[in-house]
Amino acid sequence: MMTRYLSELNIGETSIIAGFDTSRVKDKEFAADLEDRLLEIGFEEGLSIEVLHQGPIGGDPIAVKIGTMTIALRKMEAAAIILGEQQ
Amino acid sequence: MTALRVALIGAPNSGKSSLFNTLTGSHQKVANYPGVTVERRSGTMTTEGGHEVKILDLPGIYSLNDRSLDEKVSREIITGVHEMEKQPEVLVCVINASNIRVHLRLVLELKTLGLPMIVALNMHDLAARDGIEIDVSRLSEELGLPVITTIAVRRSGVEALKEFLDRDASAYTKPMGIKSDTSTRALQKEAGRITSLVQVSEGGHHKMTRILDSVALHPVIGPILFFVILFFMFQAVFSWAETPMDLIEGSFVALGELIGENLPDNWLRSFIQDGLIAGVGSVLVFLPQIIILFLFILTLEASGYMARAAFIMDKLMAKVGLNGRAFIPLLSSFACAIPGIMATRTIANHRDRITTIMIAPLMTCSARLPVYTLMIAAFIPNKPVLGYFGLQGVVFFTLYLAGIISAIIVAAVMKKTITKGTLQPFLMELPKYQMPRLNHVLLELWQRVRAFLRRAGTIILYAAIALWALTLYPFAPKDATEPDIYYSFAGMIGRALQPIFAPLGFNWEISIALVPGMAAREVAVSALGTVYALQGDEDQVAQSLSTVLQNSWPLPTALAFLAWYIYAPQCLATLATARRETNSWRWTAFMAGYLFALAYLVAMIVNISAKALMA
Ligand SMILES: Nc1nc2c(ncn2[C@@H]2O[C@H](COP(=O)(O)OP(=O)(O)O)[C@@H](O)[C@H]2O)c(=O)[nH]1
Ligand SMILES: [Mg+2]
Repeated sequence: MMTRYLSELNIGETSIIAGFDTSRVKDKEFAADLEDRLLEIGFEEGLSIEVLHQGPIGGDPIAVKIGTMTIALRKMEAAAIILGEQQ
Repeated sequence: MTALRVALIGAPNSGKSSLFNTLTGSHQKVANYPGVTVERRSGTMTTEGGHEVKILDLPGIYSLNDRSLDEKVSREIITGVHEMEKQPEVLVCVINASNIRVHLRLVLELKTLGLPMIVALNMHDLAARDGIEIDVSRLSEELGLPVITTIAVRRSGVEALKEFLDRDASAYTKPMGIKSDTSTRALQKEAGRITSLVQVSEGGHHKMTRILDSVALHPVIGPILFFVILFFMFQAVFSWAETPMDLIEGSFVALGELIGENLPDNWLRSFIQDGLIAGVGSVLVFLPQIIILFLFILTLEASGYMARAAFIMDKLMAKVGLNGRAFIPLLSSFACAIPGIMATRTIANHRDRITTIMIAPLMTCSARLPVYTLMIAAFIPNKPVLGYFGLQGVVFFTLYLAGIISAIIVAAVMKKTITKGTLQPFLMELPKYQMPRLNHVLLELWQRVRAFLRRAGTIILYAAIALWALTLYPFAPKDATEPDIYYSFAGMIGRALQPIFAPLGFNWEISIALVPGMAAREVAVSALGTVYALQGDEDQVAQSLSTVLQNSWPLPTALAFLAWYIYAPQCLATLATARRETNSWRWTAFMAGYLFALAYLVAMIVNISAKALMA
């Protein structure tokens, strides 16, 4: 099966965070720090994640639920988050 | 005995400032760290036992990897390498009880500093509401640190912390057990382990937040709701602010007259009447708009809605390289650039914030309306265009649009040049909704008002007095043929500038009027009245001015004058506020410089092309 990324998840779908791949982000300077930032705000391997909302234009940014938190991020950032199989 | 130095530290939005406000009350001072825009908020508190405590509210951090200026200041202070601020003796790490997993990572990282630290397990009320239960003594044991539950927005919610701070510096012990591996992952793992031990009940996602978000963040209803809120906010600013503004203006005029009647006619009377009182009035007249706008902005912020507004507008703002947070400040600038510029404080990134401040004056503020109204009424016939629209309305709309489009272009150019930098992530937590607390909102409002009066107000007052002197001295000769202002310093400056303004089609009357017109945009109307030596009150001047201008200005000049006012920073209060908010004369000079340059360029193009078209 193809690897899925958070940016590809639809509203209402849940999955598990499997890891990060910041090389998918075009802006290298931005990518350099992205993984740490994602970790620091609460993205962590093994946590379950659900897409709650999408922005009005082009479905961007998105709002996701992790635990009791709601986190907003742009699709470009979500593209660096690898999803795993739902147990 | 010296006061204990305590610093509040923690992630953004964990409640540091609320805790700071509740602990220090009105005993606080807001300033800037030298050379940077970062605000330094310090205050004092006296404990029951009579101990003096100095409290510092530090900018929020996610970790010790600083990325912004704010974060750098925080890191430098708590690690003891800041050039001005002494290292605090005790840290109070404020964490959000609803989400300890993430926040504990920061606690563990800060523990490596080896400073005595107290953990304030804040937002305890919200965590309890969502059914989250934490074994506090177990948490304290695991961390090896005192943990105190707090509700920062309630006085009673911080008593325990106050009691804990009621001791000597020597009574605090340094934390033990510093882990060797301090990578984000290792700390995160440890935080996860502790969380699973101490979190008795995980609680659920706040139901109300989920329901409200299904409306507020709905792709169709969300933006509609947002614009309804904005419409209401604007309606309120325009309809509620008008009466108090008129009142303030009226009472200062009356006060001036009262003093005028009771003092001999000399320079002192003129100074008090036209310099001092008019100057103070020109500062206070901004207060109604500032208060009403901030009442809305702070309430929206405290309820948790502001982050949703940023979510809705982010895609649009990202197109000019800005963040969704820039939208509300820019929109506020349509009422007045001053509260708009002050509202940029919610933009975390320094460069984005500067860019937003720089383009804020391009939004057509309400002070331009008297100028636009005068010129359009005098020069633009109200004939129908395209069947439905009046030409006057179309010109009005064009002026607004020109400002917006220019702002987009300027922002895009700035982001590619002087405020260029690494792209900033939008990444943020959407806080849970809650009822805003009135006392919290009022305290924040008071801080904004005080900042405006103290820092911007004084500059505005001095400038108003300087302009008074420039327009009064030296006096006109006995056999004067021109109005008095012609012979004053303002007149001299205006006449000297006239050749420079000639390509714009501006005559000497306009050049002179622009000098006192630096005070505020709407002053241009009365300044032109003075130059054309018109008598009567404001409305009468505007009336007769319309006729005078029609007869003495060619149409290209009038159009160029309108174009000038789209850009020209003819508002000292805006420049003073920009100076305060950027904490930099260079950025202030840049703002004034680029706006004058654009004003000149566009007005010249308008004048020359209008002449060519009419030839
Ligand atoms: N209900 C509740 N709200 C809080 C508490 N502490 C802070 N808040 C709210 O959380 C928001 C962020 O707080 P603030 O003090 O600005 O956070 P800072 O970024 O850490 O300075 C504000 O709207 C506060 O009113 C608390 O203990 N309980
Ligand atoms: Mg704060």
